[in-house]
Amino acid sequence: MSEIVLEGVSKRFADHVASDAIDLVIPDGKFTVLVGPSGCGKTTLLRLIAGLEDVDEGRLLIDGVDMAHTAPVARGLAMVFQSYALYPHMSVRRNLGFALMVNRTPKAEIARRVEQVAKMLDLDKLLDRKPAALSGGQRQRVAIGRALVRQPKAFLFDEPLSNLDASLRTQMRFEIRRLQQELGITAVYVTHDQGEAMTMADNIVVLRAGRIEQVGAPLEVYRRPVNRFVAGFIGSPKMNFLNGRHAERYDAATIGIRPEHLGVVAGGSMPCTVRTIEHLGSEALIHAEVDDGSKLIARVSENLHVVVGQRIEIDVDPACVHRFDADGKTLPNNGVSQTNLAVSDNITSLNTK
Amino acid sequence: MYRTSPASAALRIVTWVLALAIAAPLLWALLASFKSELEAIASPPRFLFFDWTLDNYRAVLESGDYLHSLRNSLIIAGGSSLLVMALAVPAAWAMAFAPTQHTRGILLWMLSTKMLPAVGVLIPIFLFYRDWGLLDTQLGVILLLTTGNLPIAVWMLYANFNEVPGEILEAARMDGASIVQEVLRVLAPMALPGLASTFFLIFTLAWNESFWSLNVTTTDAAPLTAFVAAFSNPEGLFWARLSAASMLSIAPVLIIGWLCQRQLVRGLTFGAVK
Repeated sequence: MSEIVLEGVSKRFADHVASDAIDLVIPDGKFTVLVGPSGCGKTTLLRLIAGLEDVDEGRLLIDGVDMAHTAPVARGLAMVFQSYALYPHMSVRRNLGFALMVNRTPKAEIARRVEQVAKMLDLDKLLDRKPAALSGGQRQRVAIGRALVRQPKAFLFDEPLSNLDASLRTQMRFEIRRLQQELGITAVYVTHDQGEAMTMADNIVVLRAGRIEQVGAPLEVYRRPVNRFVAGFIGSPKMNFLNGRHAERYDAATIGIRPEHLGVVAGGSMPCTVRTIEHLGSEALIHAEVDDGSKLIARVSENLHVVVGQRIEIDVDPACVHRFDADGKTLPNNGVSQTNLAVSDNITSLNTK
Repeated sequence: MYRTSPASAALRIVTWVLALAIAAPLLWALLASFKSELEAIASPPRFLFFDWTLDNYRAVLESGDYLHSLRNSLIIAGGSSLLVMALAVPAAWAMAFAPTQHTRGILLWMLSTKMLPAVGVLIPIFLFYRDWGLLDTQLGVILLLTTGNLPIAVWMLYANFNEVPGEILEAARMDGASIVQEVLRVLAPMALPGLASTFFLIFTLAWNESFWSLNVTTTDAAPLTAFVAAFSNPEGLFWARLSAASMLSIAPVLIIGWLCQRQLVRGLTFGAVK
């Protein structure tokens, strides 16, 4: 198991900068998720770590050894691809054992390790099938097993759940996380789904346009986004952003309020009209329009009875307001107490070296 | 089981007429090969009702040149096809999976060589071959057919390899496969139908090639095309015997085609991805 350190890693495709001097520490035994909108460079970063793309500049240390220009196999990492990338002409058994076979592992040892991994992933009854005869979830498990068999220093996952249906995806999230924790392996996981990032990660790395915007534990990133982009990207439904006089009251260019921090209160500071209501069963999302035209989403209890078109008044807990300057940078909270943002101040941020 | 609409019935008739029209010369030669020389040139020609004879086949086989030419054809077509595959597979691999900004240009340039009429380079090649001692040698013909068929094979394989998901090859690379292992153990089995159809096509082209084999061979390296052509000689045209020789020379390719047909029609979809 090992630590991966990126120092000033850059990658350009023609005139497009896919990775711009990335500094990042991927801690040993932790589950690190690279998240960002499509085209932000997260998959490129993963492929740079894997060795499937050449690093233009910078150092890539795996267990302290610079492997920026080492062949993929010598890096000792295993990758699970978005499309699974199973060998279609080989049985599950041969798919699992392929890496060992090409590395000239003795046959008995291959058989033993394949059996062991197959048992771990509940694949033992499928060993003689071809990938075409497996379901999506089973193929996914074979792809993970193929990585496990090699006993790699770290696992790289490239959006591995995006081809699965919703219920299977939730189940596999849990399975992958359980395996990673049981085996204590270092994992780097790429996704564009912030929900997947929040639920799976020890550490979230938010990327935009080839740069790291923020690194931190899921709740830290959620509660203390460093800028408007991260604030808007992490969290579902998205944070509400208000400008104009709403922001001026807080002495900021823009303010951001999470839907759960808005309340429907008689005499609230923001009179609005209800436009849509999304019933989720456990809670409801009210889409409302403030009188000045701003739009808000509030997360409220299903016990609250409102109808579309109804006039309501919404209020916000000032302690929960995120303030941003004109460049979108987060402003300090201006002395407002942060009682319900009980995040310890000594969180170690990975990109502060 | 099938309900036939007038349109599809008409289509079927058109298909049969076209198929018969295409096969007519071959069928004519097949029938002629069983006729006597006199009946073969009879006008109007007799269809099915004539004295069937195997004399022509006997005469062709007894002439002794058939087996010699068959051997040459097998060596030349087989050798050049294997050589083409050995060169085209790595070339197409590089173009499909590690393309550069020049890949398109190289592909077009390779194809452009097929636009040049072969006769345009006959004299220089003949002179080179004379000086290098390659005239009337199997190696000489193999080299000519290899260079002639290489562009076609690279194009076919390139199109074929483009269908193979790159992630699977990357997975093999992550698994530690060398480039040779990647090509032989992962790519080749997946691209087998494409490899088989490419091999069969260039084998057939080499087998049927007559321009170069007639011009650079005489006896030692003469393949079946030269053997067939030799039946139209100054002493006269022996249609029946010529037909029998033709039938004998296309038989091996037909047999190989028959054996390969499963690979030729098999689709590429395996269900590895998604």
